[in-house]
Amino acid sequence: MTVYKLRTPISEEDARKLKVNDTIYITGTIFTARDEAHHRALEFHKEGKEIPLDLQGLAVFHCGPIVKKKDDKWIIVAAGPTTSTRMDLFEDEFIRNFNVRVVIGKGGMGRKTTDAMKKYGAVYGAFTGGAAVLAAKAVKNVKSVEWHDLGMPEAMWVLNVEDFGPLTVAIDTYGNNLFEDIRKSVEETRQKIYEKLSV
Amino acid sequence: MVNEKTIEDVAVKLLQLAVTELPKDVKAALQRAYREEESDAGKTQLKAILDNVDLAEKTRTPMCQDTGIIIFYVKAGAQVENLGKIENALYRATIRATKEVPLRPNAVNPFTQKNSGDNTGRFLPFINWEVTSGDSVELTVFPKGGGSENVCALGMLRPGDGVKGLKKFVVDTLIKSGAKPCPPNILGVAVGGGADIVMKLAKKALLKPLDTPNPDPELAKLESELYEAANMTGIGPMGLGGTFTVLGVNVDYASRHPASYPVAVAFQCWAARRASARIHEDGKVEYLTHEAV
Ligand code: SF4
Repeated sequence: MTVYKLRTPISEEDARKLKVNDTIYITGTIFTARDEAHHRALEFHKEGKEIPLDLQGLAVFHCGPIVKKKDDKWIIVAAGPTTSTRMDLFEDEFIRNFNVRVVIGKGGMGRKTTDAMKKYGAVYGAFTGGAAVLAAKAVKNVKSVEWHDLGMPEAMWVLNVEDFGPLTVAIDTYGNNLFEDIRKSVEETRQKIYEKLSV
Repeated sequence: MVNEKTIEDVAVKLLQLAVTELPKDVKAALQRAYREEESDAGKTQLKAILDNVDLAEKTRTPMCQDTGIIIFYVKAGAQVENLGKIENALYRATIRATKEVPLRPNAVNPFTQKNSGDNTGRFLPFINWEVTSGDSVELTVFPKGGGSENVCALGMLRPGDGVKGLKKFVVDTLIKSGAKPCPPNILGVAVGGGADIVMKLAKKALLKPLDTPNPDPELAKLESELYEAANMTGIGPMGLGGTFTVLGVNVDYASRHPASYPVAVAFQCWAARRASARIHEDGKVEYLTHEAV
């Protein structure tokens, strides 16, 4: 296990250095996107319309934050990760079209996304589920909010972060998927547990 | 006479304490897990949880963005006057805490999908009543997050399946849940009664402190057996693999119908939020799980 501190924009080369079980901290720009923002970005891409910011080398965070406005400034109150599997539907296309290098969320993602990460050079960083205060603390300020019409949780919040993490690399560019490996090994222990309990 | 306003104020305080500060036994269990965790990823996750818990406590911010649906347990002494006023006081406390703490509004009408915005709605906050002797009121708040609730399971087993069936059901349910309930978890396991009774007991078992052994030696043995089995799975903190999938297992039971063998498994995530206080007849308030500032 190695600890890496990455700065955005992250190069494909740097993303390809990471291996499952490594820990990463990100400094620079990350943005939140859940189902709706993914959907819109891909629609825009299809129609040849420009999206509000260049996502190349950035990290996409599966998160619907709680944000409040104070003296005209947005402040992130809580920003825990949401379950990533919902984004499996379109994450492969998203990675291919926008060249994000890190996908941050909880619970891991499936085969299709894992394959895209291998092909285009991106990793999945698992952020501790529920650790909303820790995430909010790493956010230095909100750079902008795009597509606010989608509502607070679904909008794209562009965040300036410092040492955002720890993120456990759970999918790397070698096709390794830690969550899948764990699921398999858990499955293998099932019989042993039955035996131990004599059931 | 227990004053209505006192109940409301104490309930607001308890909600605030619950979502911002873990009870000592849970904190100690997480610290122990961090010390003893064998996997690197698991250790990293546990450290993040502990740092997050620390920050939440210091800044008086909810430790997780999902502050759950609001559940109260009330043990009301039969001699307490004003018992009829408690429900209203808890309702008002929920609305106030949602604004003041703040809590995330989580009460959604299942047909219109409309969120009430203040954590109240039909049957919410939910109040579990118990009438006891005496002249004090014991109030427990239990804000319950969605992630761990979604993997709770009820099994209507056959009596012939017996305790073996119960153990297998617990292991299968846990393996199926994987990373979803934000492990390390606390498991509440119950058997007997009927479909509703068994789940009620399992949920209530989540409130038992982790550092007090079960007084019933048979149940204590079952608890430690299930605890070891759960941590043999290797699911680990946040499902990333490791030693600590659960922090504790609490078992309870009720007598059953000869033809039924109901089993329930309730999950609590690491953000095990609960807080209790006793309000005495003379208005004195005793906080049982937290030191109230
Ligand atoms: S399962 Fe618990 S810790 Fe995880 S997001 Fe839900 S409430 Fe928070």
